[in-house]
Parts: sequence; C-alpha cells; structure tokens
Amino acid sequence: MMKHSVIITPEHVLVDGNPLMHNEKGSASLTELYRNHIGDYPKFFKMDTLSKLGFIASELLLNAEGNRSFEPREDRAVILFNRHASLQADTAYQATIQDPDNFFPSPAAFVYTLPNIVTGEIAIRNKYFGETSFMVIDDFDEKIIIKNLENAFQDPITKSIIGGWVDCSDEEHFEAKMFLMEKEI
Amino acid sequence: MIVCVAHNIISPLGSNSAENYAAVKSGKSALRKYDGLWGLPEPFVASLLDRNAFTDKRYTIDEQIVIASISKALKQTDIDVKSSKVLFIISTTKGNVFLLDKNENVFPQERIRLGVMAREVTKHFGNPNEPIIVSNACISGVCAQIEAMRYLESGEYDYVVVCGVDVQSSFIVSGFQSFKALSPVECKPFDANRQGLNLGDAAATIIYTKKDKVNDNEWVACRGAIRNDANHISGPSRTGEGSFRALRIALGDLEPEKLAFINAHGTATPYNDEMESIAIERAGLAGVPVNSMKGYYGHTMGAAGVLETIISMQAVDDHNILGTRGFDTLGVTHPLVVSNQNRATEKRTFIKLLSGFGGCNAALLMAKGGLK
Repeated sequence: MMKHSVIITPEHVLVDGNPLMHNEKGSASLTELYRNHIGDYPKFFKMDTLSKLGFIASELLLNAEGNRSFEPREDRAVILFNRHASLQADTAYQATIQDPDNFFPSPAAFVYTLPNIVTGEIAIRNKYFGETSFMVIDDFDEKIIIKNLENAFQDPITKSIIGGWVDCSDEEHFEAKMFLMEKEI
Repeated sequence: MIVCVAHNIISPLGSNSAENYAAVKSGKSALRKYDGLWGLPEPFVASLLDRNAFTDKRYTIDEQIVIASISKALKQTDIDVKSSKVLFIISTTKGNVFLLDKNENVFPQERIRLGVMAREVTKHFGNPNEPIIVSNACISGVCAQIEAMRYLESGEYDYVVVCGVDVQSSFIVSGFQSFKALSPVECKPFDANRQGLNLGDAAATIIYTKKDKVNDNEWVACRGAIRNDANHISGPSRTGEGSFRALRIALGDLEPEKLAFINAHGTATPYNDEMESIAIERAGLAGVPVNSMKGYYGHTMGAAGVLETIISMQAVDDHNILGTRGFDTLGVTHPLVVSNQNRATEKRTFIKLLSGFGGCNAALLMAKGGLK
C-alpha cells in the first residue's frame, strides 16, 4: 500500500502530489531543499549527486510520514532503481585517473562509484538495519518496480519500504520518483 | 522449493564448474603479480582472464563471458530461453565501466549503461523480458539469487537465469589502491598477517526454478536475507550488525550442527574479516567451519556471490570443506574454525555470506535435498 510519494526533478518538487516551492533550479535546488527542509546533517555536502537526490527524497517522504524517531529498526527496507547506476560519480572518478601525468585517484570520489551507496546513506541517517538494495533497469517501468517491491515483502521482517526510482546522469540531470510503501496485512 | 537446475563458472581457473572446482580442490590459484599493466603506476596482484582470448568484436569482454557462461549453463537444460516465463538477472558492480576511458572507442558509449549491457545479453538469447541488474556492491551475487527466489515464489516466472560478472580494469584497481585496500602479495583471509584483498575476473551462472518435490541430490536455495549496518558507507560495522542479522535469518531454526561450513566473504582486509568473526560469533556459529575463496580467485565482485555458491555446492557434493588458501595463523578476535587444508564432511547445508560498501550484508542458506 502506497503511503507517501515524492517527485524531484531539476525544475519541480512534488510531495504527495503537492508542489513544494523553491527558487533554485538544477543542482542548486538540492542544496536549497536541504537548507529549507533538513539542515541538520552536514554529511549531505560530501555526497555525490545520486546520494543527495535519494537522501532528500527520503527525508521529504519521512517528514510527510511524521513522528520521526530515529530509533534503530529492522522492519524498513530501502530498495531503489535507476537507469544510469553511478555514472555521475564514475565520470568524476575517471577524471582523477584519465591523465597519466596527473594521476591522483581519489578515494573520496571512488566510494561513490557504486549506486547502492545512496541506500546506505539513507540507512545510516535513519538507523535502518533492514534490507538495502539497488537495481538497474534501462527504462523507468513502474510495473517492474512495484512488482519487485511487493516481492521484497517475502522477507520475514520487512513491513515497509522506501522504494522507487532515483536517477542522475550528471549534476544537472536527475529524477527521483520515490515512495513509502507498507505491507498489506 | 527453489531449486538449482544448472550452473557454470568462467574464470582464469576454468570454463566450467567442474574444472573450477577441481582446480580449487587441488589448491590452484590464478593470482599473479602485474607490474605496469594498463599503465597503472603501482603493481598489483590479481586473478585475470587472458584478454587476448576474447576476439568477438560485437561484445565487450564482460558481455562475452556472460554470454558464454549462460550458454554453457543453458546447455545442461531443455529450457526455452525465448519464453516470457524466463527472467534474466545480471549481478555486476561495474559492468563495462572501462568504456569511460577516453582511449576506448570500439564500442558505443551507451554500452556503459548496465541496462544496455544486459539487453545485449538477452537479445543474444532471444529472451523477451527486460533484464534486471542487481548492483548492490560486493553482495550483488547473493542479492541476485534472493531476487530470483522471490520472483519464482511469486509465480511470475518458471525459470530465472542469474549471472554474476565483473572484469577488472584500471578504474577498479586504481580505486581500490587509492583506498589502500589491496594486498601487495597473494591475499591471506582471516590470517594474522593479512594485508588486504586481491581482485579477480569471473562470470558465474546459476539457473533456478520452483519445484514441489526435490530429490536428495538437488540443491535448494532455502532462505536468504539482506541487512544494513546503518553505520558507515565504506567501513564495516564494529558489531557486525548487518552481517549478524542476515546470518540469523538465513540460519532460522536450523541447528548450527547441520551446517557443513560458512563460506564467508573473507576478503582478507583487516576490517572485513574481523567484522565477519564478530557477526559469526554473535549468531552462535563460532563452532562451524569457515572458509574463503579469495585466495583462489581474488575478489570477483559482482560474480563472487554466484561463483562462491557454486564452488560450495560442489564441495558439499564431494563431502569436502575446502581449505582457505593463504590462511596460516588465525588473526581475528573471535576463535573461528579456519583451515588451509581440505577436510571431510558428511553434512549437506552451508551458508554463503557477503558484505559490501554501502554497509550492506547478505546471507543465503543452501541445502542439498532441501531442509528435512
């Protein structure tokens, strides 16, 4: 059962279908959303664009849910999909090794060259010991995603999922369509 | 029950599962030292396929070994792979990432997308379904099997083809070097003198289906779980939190005495092996033999969970607990049962355990003939 939804693009933000006003566009809009709606998690500034996007979308979902407690829990999973995996971070890391005369591979850049890091960032923020998973399909397909998340309730402990789509090809091109889903009882 | 109907491994140690198992059993390893390869300034030790052996200009090396591995697994069956009741799940961390190198221009840039790479594979086999790519860091290979189990349980598909793959490149090796995670010598899982991991190339395939009844020789994927440490994106938990919780679910109500072994991640980094010892102890499994395959293959990333499950199934078939190559003296806090020698067993179940960046961990319980 879908409880809350968030859509973020470089131009628009919708929470449960209602537009969230902001002034900036593109990557600056993510920073503005952080300052206006979160503000207490400076690790945000170290994240790659994919993690920033997924992190903000999860925060807006959880603010919509209300009663945030940050108590450790195992019954909530984070399962996300996208098209470009970690391409923005991959490109940034490749730039640190491309030139043999200027070869300085960056560990801080390398760690984000895995798309599932965003699921870890959300789990760390909220102390979720539950399932975290990341999958790639080449086109957004709601039927595939919903079916996969319904399957994830076969886990004996999972009762709710932060799930959906979080994609970014570079710092200015991104799209999140994430939701909070609860197990049908 | 979710049953394994066919499998294959393509690695530097062989191009089918039996060759791979025979090589591992006899203590062979493909780990070699490479100095100056791919223009990398630092030498490294890795288990690599001979790049010159891949001559098909239509496909990248990753795609070629995936296609070869799946073909060999399918040949053991009479599955109609063109049917919409067959799903492909590919497990990979970096796929064709080498295409980001500006000097690589043989293949279209779009092949860097994992979904495009996977579609090349399904197109090759004429399978009509959209392939799912699991990219969940180093635990991808077990996650992909758990996904397969769920898709089969839900009845949507009759067969799921799971293939794990990663092929090393300057991108991956330099990244792990920048992390100071690579061992300058052949890796020593769980050893007091372990200095880090080695990387490796491989593709490995398991085909699963659902059956109501199984015979004594069939392998059943019983239950698995994925859990997060909620601690750090690149360092394992000091309490083995996610690994412990995944283990607890995989074990369920099975008595630990029924396990032949736990095939651990055992990367031979100081932190990973220590974390696993904590998790295994917390799960009440410190008395169960533990082994690691990394001394034979290095860390094959997206392939590891599939490859190591296949090697472990064959070991149980052979009544064997494989030795941990590179291990000599226990160097973790909790007293795990690790040996560098093969040992006999008559037990019929094992747990495959993995952990990875992003704080993720996965465990999978496999039982020959199912749980009685």
